[in-house]
Amino acid sequence: MGCGSKAPLEEHPGTAVDGGPVTGDMFVSGTIGEPKNLIPILASDSASGAVVGEVFNGLVKYNEEIEMVGDLAERWDIEREGLDIIFHLRKNVRWHDGHPFTADDVLFTYQKLIDPTVKTPYSGDFERVERLEKIDEYTIKVVYKEPFSPGLASWGMSIMPKHLLEKEDFNKSSFSRHPIGTGPYRFKRWKTGQFVELEANPDYFEGRPYIDRYLFRIIPDQSTLFLELRAEGVDSLGLSPLQYRRQTETDFFRRRYRKFLYPSFGYTYIGYNLADPRFKDLRVRKALTLAVNRKEIIDQILLGLGKECTGPFVHESWAYNPDVKPLPYSPEEAKRLLAEVGWRDSDGDGWLDQAGRPFEFTLLVNQGNEERKLIAELVQREWEKLGIKVKIRVIEWAAFISEFIDKKRFEVFILGWALSRDPDLYDIWHSSKTREGEFNFIQYKNPEADRLIEEGRRLFDQEKRKAIYHKLHKLIYEDQPCTFLYVADALPIVHARFRGIKPAPIGIGYNFIKWYVPKPEQKYLTK
Amino acid sequence: MRPLLRQILSRLPILLGITIISFMVIHLAPGKPTDLQTELNPKVSYEARQRLEKLYGLDKPLYVQYGNWISRLIRFDFGRSFQDDRPVLEKILERIPITLAINLLSLILIFAIALPIGVASAVRQNSLFDKLVTLLVFIGFAAPEFWIALLLMELFGVTLGWLPVSGIRTFGSENLPLFLQLVDIGKHILLPLFIAAFGSLAGLSRYMRGSMLNVIRQDYIRTARAKGLSESVVIYKHALRNALLPVVTLLGLSVPGLIGGSVIFETIFGIPGMGKLFFDGVMARDYPVIMGILVIGALLTLLGNFLADLAYGWVDPRIRLKGEEIRG
Repeated sequence: MGCGSKAPLEEHPGTAVDGGPVTGDMFVSGTIGEPKNLIPILASDSASGAVVGEVFNGLVKYNEEIEMVGDLAERWDIEREGLDIIFHLRKNVRWHDGHPFTADDVLFTYQKLIDPTVKTPYSGDFERVERLEKIDEYTIKVVYKEPFSPGLASWGMSIMPKHLLEKEDFNKSSFSRHPIGTGPYRFKRWKTGQFVELEANPDYFEGRPYIDRYLFRIIPDQSTLFLELRAEGVDSLGLSPLQYRRQTETDFFRRRYRKFLYPSFGYTYIGYNLADPRFKDLRVRKALTLAVNRKEIIDQILLGLGKECTGPFVHESWAYNPDVKPLPYSPEEAKRLLAEVGWRDSDGDGWLDQAGRPFEFTLLVNQGNEERKLIAELVQREWEKLGIKVKIRVIEWAAFISEFIDKKRFEVFILGWALSRDPDLYDIWHSSKTREGEFNFIQYKNPEADRLIEEGRRLFDQEKRKAIYHKLHKLIYEDQPCTFLYVADALPIVHARFRGIKPAPIGIGYNFIKWYVPKPEQKYLTK
Repeated sequence: MRPLLRQILSRLPILLGITIISFMVIHLAPGKPTDLQTELNPKVSYEARQRLEKLYGLDKPLYVQYGNWISRLIRFDFGRSFQDDRPVLEKILERIPITLAINLLSLILIFAIALPIGVASAVRQNSLFDKLVTLLVFIGFAAPEFWIALLLMELFGVTLGWLPVSGIRTFGSENLPLFLQLVDIGKHILLPLFIAAFGSLAGLSRYMRGSMLNVIRQDYIRTARAKGLSESVVIYKHALRNALLPVVTLLGLSVPGLIGGSVIFETIFGIPGMGKLFFDGVMARDYPVIMGILVIGALLTLLGNFLADLAYGWVDPRIRLKGEEIRG
């Protein structure tokens, strides 16, 4: 893995003779937000999620190829056409305090998830469970009310220790700041506003991680984070396209860091209010998409670091249908379609109108997202060329969601979805999910899509599901309920002293316990 | 002591009024605490969200919520944060030491620099010195804090590598001897201190200059000069003392500022202070935290005014006498 340079070692991390994995050193990552709560089922922010991910395990997880594999469960059986899932648990697992892990912990976690007095946002998937049956200490049967294939992935939820939490008031427990799990790292301490420190779990069931410590530094500002990276105060960071393409293209970064690139699991889109009579007509939505130069957006805003999105699935998902081709960029065709619907410039003022009313709307974006603001400006320019008056309004996030999106007081907006690995589309695209606070706020309603969505979540056979989701992908793209823009690339950078990183479809973090630093390059004394 | 007690009691309705208005205003702001907790996660169901609202008591009418809050406050219970369920008081107390330390040091720094500058500018009014200093302090006043902070961080933290970029102490420094720990913390807060002071020099130094100029034109100064007193005695003994009187008010007004941090430099330098706590509280609509900080801020403002009144009477006999006439 060395790059063959002959300069002194300390000047060139990544060049030491690699004698194979050794223990030692510390990995320092920077987080913008302070974790809020480290009880897994209460942790809803990304900072807490990152810590929880190292300290706890679920029953199942996704491997590097994004396939479902066992984690705390060794394997599982699906019976009665998906009504029952039987998990066979690992037998050699201990909690960080030495107590053995058993089926009781799974039962306990489930009970807390559905307990109405617990402030968890994750109860949804578990409400479809009829009951849990403990067959023996290491076997547990989940019985569903009806077959529910996304349910399997929901058991990736971190399992919590019954013996420590049983008698605690969950919402006030000190466990939220001193978690004890089964994961590769043990919680050590948390200094508010400064850092969270973890240490390697020597008894981890997949083997002790090589890196001794894991430090999450809380650095609330993006520019500061990047300065810390340059000062080598943090070892890793997710870069912006600009940082990836320009600011890290220096000798310093080439010598001391390694950059990675892989597609993220989410997309950015322009949403239309489908209850608005103007957007009810497919031709209008199609015209708006045709007029948006998606290639230009990717080239100029993401600096080429992304792919065009062709529907509700990303390229890395098995549900993605490669036969769906994106609509071309064609303002002429867009104009023709709009004229067909009746939007013409009849009074000669340069703006399209119909029955005396000009075609105008407000495009909403949330504050604090520079990319989306730039997209808004680009599409405003494109649509105004068609003769549509577009006003851009930037709104603070909480107000944006609760006052405009939830209440459906919007015409057009720009947002993104971070997707779960399971392709179930129910929450975002099913016609029943349009109440205030639910996620089909664009109000997409297509009975055929509804039928396919329902069928897809009843089946467990991946090949059968695949056929359904391929159909859905095509159907939704043909309906153009929104303008699918792009899937951005994730752009992590990691200090060059870390070895053993193997980029895979799921990213780089999946084999963190196998990362190591050769002795001569270790930076932190951890004993 | 009785007028003192009356003074304090007379301020209670103001405090109550402040809490009512604050409570109303923060609830008027669109958005709910549950929006933030759930971000925009499709795995968070509608029912789950409603359940959260109920658990936080947000489904009750506003006056009931206020009633609950104030009845707890009277028992010194500030409630629990919506974000992490920790007691609000605990969250505030853990951030007060660092905020107080930085603010006190910067306050001392500001007074130590701004007062002499102000006096010197007044004595040498319209001189080159006066103009240069005025220019400099106004640059400090006008330049955005975050921009100067980033430039200095880049210079001292990255290019020269003399100072740490952010944070308040080096990881692992708690194992060092006490003296080295202090040096470590000192290195971390040097830049934030400088930024905090640089931006505030303008206000106080101009204020001091104006006050001094005002005094120098008074008859008693002319008398002092006519008596043949040396210029330094005139300026530093007679004029300065009188010119300092209005500054006492400013000092009193700085009391609430001592625990109110600056969001900007705390965010940029990664300092876990009050400013960041308040800002995050507002962004997350964390009502108990916001109200807790506002109440403490209001208390300190009232206390500061009160102390300024007392100090004013103490340093200026004219006010003391007048005050007693009124009270009598």
